Amino acid sequence: MKAVVVENLVKDFGNFRAIDCVSFEVEEGEVFGILGPNGAGKTTTIKILITLLKPTKGRAFVAGYDVLKSASDVRKNIGVVFQETTLELEFTARENLDFHARLYGMSKAEREKRIEEMLNLVELESFSDKLVKTFSGGMKRRLEIARGFLHNPKILFLDEPTLGLDAKTRRKIWKYIEELKGSSTIVLTTHYIEEAEKLCDRIVVMNKGKIVAMDSPKNLKAEDRVVIYSSKEDLDLIKKNFGSLIVSEDDGKVELLVKDVESFIPKLFEVAKVKEMSIKRSTLEDAYIKMVE
Amino acid sequence: MRGLYVIWLRDVKRFVRARSRLIGSLGMPIFFMIFFSLGFRRANIPSLESLNYIDFLIPGIVSMVVLFTGTFSGVSVVWDRQFGFLREIMVSPVSRTTIALGRIFSGATTAIFQATVMFLLGIALGFNFRIQMLPFFFLSLFLTALVFTGIGIAISTKMKDIHGFQIVVNFFVFPVFLLSGALFPISELPEILRSISKLNPLTYGVDAARWASIGFCEIDPLVDFSVLILCSVLTTFLASYLFNKTEVE
Repeated sequence: MKAVVVENLVKDFGNFRAIDCVSFEVEEGEVFGILGPNGAGKTTTIKILITLLKPTKGRAFVAGYDVLKSASDVRKNIGVVFQETTLELEFTARENLDFHARLYGMSKAEREKRIEEMLNLVELESFSDKLVKTFSGGMKRRLEIARGFLHNPKILFLDEPTLGLDAKTRRKIWKYIEELKGSSTIVLTTHYIEEAEKLCDRIVVMNKGKIVAMDSPKNLKAEDRVVIYSSKEDLDLIKKNFGSLIVSEDDGKVELLVKDVESFIPKLFEVAKVKEMSIKRSTLEDAYIKMVE
Repeated sequence: MRGLYVIWLRDVKRFVRARSRLIGSLGMPIFFMIFFSLGFRRANIPSLESLNYIDFLIPGIVSMVVLFTGTFSGVSVVWDRQFGFLREIMVSPVSRTTIALGRIFSGATTAIFQATVMFLLGIALGFNFRIQMLPFFFLSLFLTALVFTGIGIAISTKMKDIHGFQIVVNFFVFPVFLLSGALFPISELPEILRSISKLNPLTYGVDAARWASIGFCEIDPLVDFSVLILCSVLTTFLASYLFNKTEVE
């Protein structure tokens, strides 16, 4: 069974179309990223999936349940970490987790065990009995991640999990998410390219409410640009073997676009001698900027 | 049931912790009670006959506290929306109806607590009440609390932020209070205002509380309680219905 299925989803706010005919599927156990600039429709998509907003058109299934017709079954199977804090600030960290565990109907023994586990995971055990209103932004976010995972949801939704956090806290949150990878399907939105690249198995790129690309981060990258300087004979050999990759040639040099440069170089050296070469690696960012422009 | 208890518990815990808010919200009714009862203690209101104004006033002020606390606790859903916590509840498996009911009961609990504080203050001021009818007194307060917490929640589903709060205070809570007969008998009002006050659920709440505590009433107590029960059922349904329909952005 697919963890999430989205079919031709449309959401209008008045005259404004926030999502325009979006479709994708998320496999079970996968970390799936929705990448896009601000206002691309990422959060709106997530809010429909977690049953906070109702779609204008189209259908969406989470854990096999229709988000419109079986909203309560969807809610039983998901955990959510929101962009802005949704903690009860007048409660301690432990009370927040306890409230959550009770909402999800966990038994007392189970509650106590999981709360300890999750507090340890996000390294907040020494702050467990402090009021959340005294917490820094990073601590609050860590507590929210602990809470999102507390009831062992089948699918965890993370909306911009590291937005506005400093580099150190960000690394920590990435570490927690990587540790939790595999125990649940994870769907996250982000506008940080390196975050999508580091955490996600697959990503969709959204822009102005539409999906503009969907693949693994590696495949989404553009080709690397390789320039080779060599003798005429060697260049002829290169042209013979890699002709399809060549984009331009000049006296004593050829320029190629290569998808997988790591395996290309050994092959190149088997074929011809190279005097000098330069490689310009493309990044996911280059590909991304091209897509959302 | 479990969800209802959890929601209720959180609200009550919050209420107990915020002591400054507790004292702050009782400030005005305490001054009302003290100064009105002292200022009008020798006033001669024809329809009150031989009744002491202080005995007349206290059930009114206690009901007013229920109106204020009940409505505001309903509207506090907007706080939760603004501070994000509402989302945590809204994506949980607890049904929207249960959430609305949990809030109505926690609102009623805090309202009854505040009303009890005011009632004790009234006793200190010399309130002369019928002790054997006390259960009916609290029943009327409880029903009034359900009605106005329900209305508060219904209003909150239509409010985007807390700026609307002042409008609720000025154009709902105050007119309802002044037209309820809490400060003076509704028979003293001009004909047109008296008819309007008959449409006000608090009028029946105040009258029922007054009948139970001092035996004075302007409406048949049976009518009072019937109207209160009917209204509390209606507003509970309305609040749950609107809460079910609401989207959380």
